[in-house]
Amino acid sequence: MNALILLVPMALLLGLLGLALFLWTLRSRQYEDLDGAASRILFDDLPKKDLPK
Amino acid sequence: MTIAPAQKDRFLPEQINLSRGACAHCGTALAPGQGAFCCAGCSGAHALVRGLGLDAFYRRQETAAGTLRPPEAPPSFDAATLATAEADGTHRLELMVSGLTCGACVWLVEQALAAEPDVLRARASLSARRLTIGWRGGADRARELAALVARLGFRVAPWSPACLRATEDAEGQALLRALGIAAFGSMNVMLVSVAVWAGGDMGEQTRALMHWLAALIGLPTVLVGGMPFYKSAWQALRAGRANMDLAVSLGVIATTVMSLSEVFRNGPYTWFDSATLLLALLLAGRVLDRGMRRRARQAVAELLALQDGSVALICADGTTRAVPAESIRAGDMVLIASGDRLRLDGVAAQDVVLDLGATTGESVPREVAAGQALAAGSVNMGPGFQMRVTAAVRDGSLAALGRLLERAEQGRGRFVSIADRAARVYVPVVHVIAAATFLGWWFGVGVTWQEALVPAVAALIVTCPCGLAIAVPAVQVAAVGALFRRGVLVASPTALERLASADHAVLDKTGTLSEGHPELLPDEAVPPDALRLAASLARASRHPLSQALVRACPDAPALDSVIEVPGFGLQRGDLLLGNAAFCGVTETSDSGMSLYLRQPGEAPLIFRFSDRLRADAAEVVAALQALGLETELLSGDAISAVEEAALATGIGPWQARATPADKAARISTLRAAGARPLMIGDGINDAAALAMAHVSASPANGTDIAQAASDIVLRGNGLAAMPYAITVARRAQKLALQNISFSLAYNVVAVPAAVLGFVTPLIAALVMASSSIIVILNALRAGKETA
Repeated sequence: MNALILLVPMALLLGLLGLALFLWTLRSRQYEDLDGAASRILFDDLPKKDLPK
Repeated sequence: MTIAPAQKDRFLPEQINLSRGACAHCGTALAPGQGAFCCAGCSGAHALVRGLGLDAFYRRQETAAGTLRPPEAPPSFDAATLATAEADGTHRLELMVSGLTCGACVWLVEQALAAEPDVLRARASLSARRLTIGWRGGADRARELAALVARLGFRVAPWSPACLRATEDAEGQALLRALGIAAFGSMNVMLVSVAVWAGGDMGEQTRALMHWLAALIGLPTVLVGGMPFYKSAWQALRAGRANMDLAVSLGVIATTVMSLSEVFRNGPYTWFDSATLLLALLLAGRVLDRGMRRRARQAVAELLALQDGSVALICADGTTRAVPAESIRAGDMVLIASGDRLRLDGVAAQDVVLDLGATTGESVPREVAAGQALAAGSVNMGPGFQMRVTAAVRDGSLAALGRLLERAEQGRGRFVSIADRAARVYVPVVHVIAAATFLGWWFGVGVTWQEALVPAVAALIVTCPCGLAIAVPAVQVAAVGALFRRGVLVASPTALERLASADHAVLDKTGTLSEGHPELLPDEAVPPDALRLAASLARASRHPLSQALVRACPDAPALDSVIEVPGFGLQRGDLLLGNAAFCGVTETSDSGMSLYLRQPGEAPLIFRFSDRLRADAAEVVAALQALGLETELLSGDAISAVEEAALATGIGPWQARATPADKAARISTLRAAGARPLMIGDGINDAAALAMAHVSASPANGTDIAQAASDIVLRGNGLAAMPYAITVARRAQKLALQNISFSLAYNVVAVPAAVLGFVTPLIAALVMASSSIIVILNALRAGKETA
């Protein structure tokens, strides 16, 4: 019974953390281009060009 | 972005490590005698890609052969006018990029732009085909950046408001958020509920704690996650109808209220898990359904954006400037180049030759006398001319037609989908049963009202809606997805159901049964070498007849130093390709559909063109008839041409010289007689008929107004996918009926059990999940390839 006092808030907190992360991904438009994101991880990045100041 | 000559030499075709026979850039099959590339554009694009060190692209690309062939003409719109200035002095440009079909394409476009020194960011979206470029510097750079993408082989178009509507879908975002919240809520409530179900020896106080926890999570979830359903149900209520969302909303709210009462009196179970699980399952179905339809709408928007053109406005100082058609006012002078489509209504000061295929359906170009009204939508087949605009876009003939279409659309909104028809019968019945259960237990058996509430709500939740609400959308997702893969874009939510019930097919001729643009007629008298030479010359021109020559001989190499004499033809040294007068031939009846080639020292050769029937036209008509549809042909073209097409395709009754009003009238006659006509058409003259028909389709090369009026757009070439679409639609309809009857059958067992009070939340959850899974599995059969 005493364990519940600790476990229940912890479980809820972790769940809420997941929910908050989901809402953040939604807000930063990460579901707009799912096909593109899938192939993007395979790109080799070219060396960054030097931006003229 | 210039390639130094020395760099170019390093990449001679011989060094390119690719199998022979295909263009090293776009993958088109090569003709004998060609080097590594099919055209100068591809050669340039390849040099550009290698020069940037991006040749990894060729190992990864998955595009279909020929899609990356750079267009001959630069983008026809002025990108600089589309650039928007940002607050920090940089500029931003949004483009629709066609041909962006694989991850490697995204990479190539982004990296090629990133290599430009002043570009700050370039981001391409693969699913929306949208490219956003930000750069430091003036708006003029936009032209060069857009041209760079075009030189890689991608077709670019302005990102139009139509594309915006299709993607920036606030409602879709709201649904996704609701799904996330409902899924989180249902899983956490389930955690608590399982403890209650398993803990039979749980103390009273612990159970109360669990109940309060479930309420704490469940209440906000039901409130926020159910919003999409409450809104839709409220709208239906105000319109005096009952829909499936009303059943869902009432079920969820009643379950929540009952659970709250159980929390207060510390009953054996709460039912928050059922309410939240129901919401999560239904929202998942809805998100999938929406995603599928969004893809189709985006593809339609892409087709439309590619047609969006600008107009060459003649300024006061005599120069021309490319501006969007929307900014033109009545009285402005515009230049209509040879081969251009008229975007606005106007009059010309000279006689002009127009292809009226899209506006009246005539397949042979017609001469229009000076001073006569020229309708937007026709194509200039003669020399370029100046036109005085008589109406701005929003007052012109196209806009008037658009308003007509809107009214027709509203009329068609009365169609009731099968799911709604089921809901109209089902919702009242379920609610009467639930009310009777409540009263029966309260007064009949004599338990307290709180206890009587439990079986009543259990009856609501086991009958409800899960299987039934998913039954139809699941089938739609599977069917629309299968059709999408075959190039059939289903834009309207009820289109499949209407297509399944169509019993009459009315087809347009020009552009629908026929190609809609001139095609070279095969002629024994023309030697292949001459055709090849003519096609090489024709590569330099955008004129429809030149393009037809290029299509007839696609592997002809482009020639340099070809001069286009507007309105007459093409010249390279003493080599001439053009109309009769240009080549010094006296021709009696020039219909505007022939070209002459004059080589020095030889007799001029004639190439004749006509609007040819599509290769698969007869096959499609036969397939439609085999599916039990009565076919008929309705065209604005001349009697002889229509009769010939009708005979060649075996189509039933035909009518020639039909005006747009005639077409619409024919459709309403059919509808009045109880038929359900499927109208297939491509032209502006078909738009009214398309909007009035029971269901409508238009081919990919149709005019934008026809596509907007259609429920279904066929991407790819021809009508071949139409019979397949009807087959899939009919199968989907059958499966939807199966699913609905299955859900009802489930209730025959579940409802009595609930009414008698045998159902616990655990059983309700099992019933809900299992019926949904069976319905979904059955629905997946709609997407199977073979019937």
